[in-house]
Parts: sequence; structure tokens; C-alpha cells
Amino acid sequence: MIEVKELRRSFGPVVAVDGISFGVEKGQVLGLLGPNGAGKTTAMRMITCYIRPDSGTATVCGHDIRKDPIGVRRSLGYLAENSPAYGEMTVGGFLNFICDVRRIKGADRKKALDRVVPMCSIDSVYHQTIETLSKGYKRRVGLAQALIHDPQVLILDEPTDGLDPNQKHDVRQLITSMGKDKCIIISTHILEEVEAICSRTIIVAKGKVLVDSTPKQLKEQHKVGLEEIFRKVTKMKKIA
Amino acid sequence: MNSFWAVFKRELKSYFATPLAYVFLVIFLVASGLLTFNREKFFELRQADMHTFFVNLPWLMIFMVPATAMRLWAEERKVGTVELLCTLPITIPQAVLGKFFAAWTFLGIALALTFPMVLTVAYLGDPDGGLIATGYVASFLMAGSFLAIGCFFSAVSKNQVIAFVLAGVACALLVFAGLPSMLNYFSTFLPAGLVSAIGTMSLQEHFASLQRGVVRFNDVAYFVLLIAGWVAACTVVLDERKAC
Repeated sequence: MIEVKELRRSFGPVVAVDGISFGVEKGQVLGLLGPNGAGKTTAMRMITCYIRPDSGTATVCGHDIRKDPIGVRRSLGYLAENSPAYGEMTVGGFLNFICDVRRIKGADRKKALDRVVPMCSIDSVYHQTIETLSKGYKRRVGLAQALIHDPQVLILDEPTDGLDPNQKHDVRQLITSMGKDKCIIISTHILEEVEAICSRTIIVAKGKVLVDSTPKQLKEQHKVGLEEIFRKVTKMKKIA
Repeated sequence: MNSFWAVFKRELKSYFATPLAYVFLVIFLVASGLLTFNREKFFELRQADMHTFFVNLPWLMIFMVPATAMRLWAEERKVGTVELLCTLPITIPQAVLGKFFAAWTFLGIALALTFPMVLTVAYLGDPDGGLIATGYVASFLMAGSFLAIGCFFSAVSKNQVIAFVLAGVACALLVFAGLPSMLNYFSTFLPAGLVSAIGTMSLQEHFASLQRGVVRFNDVAYFVLLIAGWVAACTVVLDERKAC
């Protein structure tokens, strides 16, 4: 459902993403793994049509990110890093705004809200303004925003970053339960997360795909923990 | 609902969700009243018209409009919500126009709230209604022009203070360039043709002409072009800089 072909993007002299290609099918949870500054966020931003690639392209549910950015955005849900949201709005007001933009009206809107609010357990803060929420709740509001139109494709940039262990567990469970009938990309640098929820993992560093495999396979091949593999793979690149 | 309306509605609501709207409205109304009654000596003139009110509006708006406009994009970029907005199914022109018209509507509300001035004039004498109407149209168009300029600079800089100062200077230049004293000064070293060109490019002349009750095509076109130009520039700049 997602097809990425030779995406490349540089910011001035810095090449953030250097020709990455991969595909993700329905039912897969892809973990995008890499050290800080590896280009994970930039790659996600290009797939969600936030920034334009210098070259290469990608398709999401058959929509090309260059030719039909609105179609792409309509078919995916995106949780950006730090889950930005309008602080002065209430959670309810914010979700209603997202419904307005996504043209979810009337009974559909009520159904969507009834589904998404308990799912992300934000019932208790529904009438609170977003700026008064803790980081964990904010993240869940961001997640609710990404799920409200029940998208086939989900792109989550560090969805569990800054959450407490319980919240992390909840979010991971949520992702696993949705993973069966959706196509999900998450970025992270937490390795146990990859083992827990991802059916496939890609390790990127310096904008290039270094490994494309499953967590299980990787462990069998290298006969060591993911952490060691990660270190080995990303460091190798630095020396070379 | 169309994405444009969704943005418009959210933005307009957000003015009133924060103290911003109330602070702005109170200061705007107090200042416009003070300028009319104290500086221009409205009562002593013994004229039942609103000239004394409108004539000071450009000065007030040079400060007030960039103050409303500065947050439009600078804040979104600083907080990061621009990433949310630009990954929803909204095109950039829709987002820019939605925000622009919301802010313009807000300024329209501020202008509409000066209605006690109209009532005062009507109570004291028999004013020319047409003149008051064109005065308000001119003010609204001027507010839109300043807002479009402010919107552009807000997209240029992430820093709200920089956006405010740049927009204020640009608006002031538009007004100052057309003042008789400035034109006189220009005429000491510039050819007459160029001086009159500066005069017609300045906002002052078109504002004054509309205020006199004459709705000329070129005055209205001036404002419309000014607004369209700056808003279009804002769209281009935002598209380039949103991720920086």
C-alpha cells in the first residue's frame, strides 16, 4: 500500500535522505529504526507530503505524492513528532476541527468520535484545553487525530517517545491490534519496541537503508540481540 | 465542510479563545475614540461627519493590524502545528486564504464595533450616510491590505516580533510615502512624473479618495491588487519555508 522509490532530499549541503526505497503491505507494521539524524522524520515527512523530495517518489494507496498530495493526505493518518496541536482548543474542539477538514459529518462524526475517544482513552480530558494536558495525553490526542477517519495507512513518528511505561504499553497494544488490517510505519529508536510490535524492520543511517528484514530473522542471522545488531550496522557505516 | 471553511472557523474561534481578541478590541476602540475626540476635537469642529474618525485610522492600523497578523503563520511554525495543518487534506492556498479571511473578519468585527461613533454623529446632526459607508469600506479594504502584508511577513519569519516590525515598517512606508510633506520632499530631487507615481502607489491617496465618497474603479482595484499580491506571495513563501 506504500511504495517508496528512490526518495532523496537534502537541506543545503546536508543530505537527509539519500535514495531510500521500500514497500509496505497491508497487515504489516514497519519499524523505521535509526540513530538520531538518520533521516527517519524527513522520510516520513516526504511520504505525508509535508516536504517535497528532491528526486524520487512514493505512492500511498495508489496516490502519487508528487501528483496527488491531497489524495495521499486523505488516505493516511499521520502523527508528527511531538504531536503538534492547537493549545488553546479543547480536545473535543480539536477533534471536531479535524472532522471538519476531513469532511466527516453528522452521524459519521459521532460514530468516529465514539470510536476514537475511548480507543485512545481521552474521555476524561475531552473538555480540557490541550495546553493543560500532560505529554502522554497530548500524544494520545495526536493519535486520536490520526485515527479519526479510520485510515488504511498510518504513519507515526516516535509514537511512544516521552510516555510512561504504562502508556507505552497501551500505545503498543493499540498499534498491534490495528496492525492486522492496516499498513503502519512507525519510527523509533527504542529497540524493544521494534521487537514488541513490528513485523518488519528497516534500519536507516545517514539517509540510506542499511537493513531490511524482520526482527526475528535479524536475530537468527546474527545470533545476538537487536541492540548489538543496531550498533554494529550503524557504526559500520560511520567507519566506512 | 470545505477545508477553507474549516480553517476559517477554527482561526476565528481561536481569536476569541485567547485574551488576544479582547485586548485588541478594547485598545482599538479606546484609541480610535481618543484620537477622534481628543486629537481631532470632534465636538469643537461642529460637523456631523466622520472625517475626524477615519482620518486617523491609518495611523492606528499601522500598529494594530500587524499585531493581529504576526501570529498567523509565525506561531504555527514555531509550535509546529503547521506540520499538522499541511499534512491534513488542505491545499496551501486554502489554508492561507482561510486564515487571512478569518483575521480580516475579525478586523471587520473591530470596525463594526465602532458603531457608537455613527450613532453619535446621527444624533448630533444629519450626516451623509453614503460618505460614512464608503469610509467604512475604505477602512475595511485598508485593514485587509495591511493584514495581507502582515500575513506575508508572518510566513517569512518564525519570530513574531520580527514579523510584527517588518510588517509595521512596510505598512508605514505605504502610508508615509503619500503624505503631502513627503511628496514635497521627494519633489525637491525627483522628476515630477516619479513623484506623482509614488503618490498614486501610496495607500494614502486611495484611502482619502474613497473616504470622500467617490468609489472609483482604480481605488478599489488598488486595494484588491495589493491584497491579492501579498496573499499570493505569502502562499509561495509558506510553501518554501514551512519545513525550515
